[in-house]
Amino acid sequence: MITLRNVSKTYHIKGGHKDGARGHVKVVEALKNADLHVPQGSIHGVIGLSGAGKSTLIRCVNLLERPTSGSVTVDGQEMTRLSSSALNQARHRIGMIFQHFNLLTTRNVFDNVALPLELMGMKRTAIRERVMPLLELTGLTDKISQYPAQLSGGQKQRVAIARALASEPRVLLCDEATSALDPQTTGSILELLRDINQKLGLTILLITHEMEVVKSICHRVSLISGGELVEEADVGDFFTAPGTQLGREFLNDFLQLEPPKGLVERLQAEPGEHTHPVVRLAFSGDAVSTPLISRLARDCEVDVSILQAKVESIQERTLGLMIAELLGPAEKTRQAIDYLESHDLHVEVLGHVQRDD
Amino acid sequence: MSSAMIDLIIKATLDTLYMVGVSGILAALLGVPLGVMLYVTRPRQILARPALNQALGMVTNIGRSIPFIILMVAIIPFTRMVVGTSIGTNAAIVPLTIAAIPFVARLVEGALNEIPPGLVEAAQSMGATPGQIITKVLLPEARGGIITGLTITVVTLVSYSAMAGAVGGGGLGDLGIRYGYNRFNPTVMLITVAILVVMVQGFQSLGDYLVRKSDRK
Repeated sequence: MITLRNVSKTYHIKGGHKDGARGHVKVVEALKNADLHVPQGSIHGVIGLSGAGKSTLIRCVNLLERPTSGSVTVDGQEMTRLSSSALNQARHRIGMIFQHFNLLTTRNVFDNVALPLELMGMKRTAIRERVMPLLELTGLTDKISQYPAQLSGGQKQRVAIARALASEPRVLLCDEATSALDPQTTGSILELLRDINQKLGLTILLITHEMEVVKSICHRVSLISGGELVEEADVGDFFTAPGTQLGREFLNDFLQLEPPKGLVERLQAEPGEHTHPVVRLAFSGDAVSTPLISRLARDCEVDVSILQAKVESIQERTLGLMIAELLGPAEKTRQAIDYLESHDLHVEVLGHVQRDD
Repeated sequence: MSSAMIDLIIKATLDTLYMVGVSGILAALLGVPLGVMLYVTRPRQILARPALNQALGMVTNIGRSIPFIILMVAIIPFTRMVVGTSIGTNAAIVPLTIAAIPFVARLVEGALNEIPPGLVEAAQSMGATPGQIITKVLLPEARGGIITGLTITVVTLVSYSAMAGAVGGGGLGDLGIRYGYNRFNPTVMLITVAILVVMVQGFQSLGDYLVRKSDRK
């Protein structure tokens, strides 16, 4: 539904003067050769730190930013080659919501939702028929004649969602849609997004810096850093075993699953004569319900000392995470790691610690 | 005070209202579009035309930098061309309007500048044309600021119109100078000033009321 091929965006900032003709030109590569494919009906998240190029990426989809090079296809249409009137037509099929809602303060809820339809030249009665069900879907029927200033953040984003859906788009772009909301409201907005994804089969591309958002509604996730898409994975896989250092940092930060401080100081990279490994285990699927740790003790004759453990639900999947020391002779612990890996656990050796005894 | 004097005061008040009213309306009709142009032709705006923007900006600045009393005299030939005479209230309306247009334009530009850029971006994402963005987003959202600007303009026009006496323009300022100052009649002077104060208060209150009515923030 959305395909970016080799999309780059370069800004030329003239030294110091925003509009100026003087000074030397600074070149900023906000997006470098981005490739992205979002299939019909899926929810794709792009996560990254601020300044990583997320905003540029999502704005390149509906050409709020025109890519310097590369191709952008939405619903089979090559966006970069459209005339300005054809582009406006195409944008009717692409809804967008924003971090700061961007509602018109001088229009009430109904008129805000009606705006895109007015822009399309729709008649007032037809507009009403289109708007009312959307207000119902987003739970705003009782707020119909209130003004944005009278609404809470979550209600404003609901209005913005209803507005984005008014032109019956095939695609919804979410630009940090929950970043200005408290955790509880974030939850309800995400639920609404998942709901419309399922009910309307809407394809959603969202950018965020919050793992929570990715975890709760995305099917796939891309990681962006320095203008480049550095990793892409199914959400379950990403949470089990991120493929990049940055991915691991995001995950650790989110899960707060770090080995205890005292232990980190004693960790050494290479095994010594009297050391034993500290491992991070990530397991999902069948492995979650298998009593692996006790089997490990029985079959491999190693003791397991659990330092940290956590079970997370990533949508339908259950994900177990654990940091543990494997206590036993070097040969046995090696066997234990092989054993765990053979049971589809993701094992990462964090380091080795000296034995106390 | 003689009844002739009272008649003079009433006529002068109506003259002032007439000059301020007509020039205010004309300035709004011409100044608001100019202000919109100044804003939308800025670099990276919806109709970015940097060269045009600079040219418009320069003309606007020139218009604003000429002292009103000089402008009034300098454009006498133009005034005569437009209204057929260079004296009287109709003649005063021409320089008043010309002085007020750039004034209104800059205030409108300032009001538009207060609109969060996200609103324009949202409208663009909905496929709005530049014309639709102006009529459905920019002007309605800046309505309060524009009314504030027009109120300031009208109040300024009241004081400018007092100078219109210099071209035989009539009105309260003219009356105050001729009878109050030149003929040493402090009562007339006081009355004209008092009427001007009330007039300005009235315009300001009306403006504030309209802003309050349009403000949804």
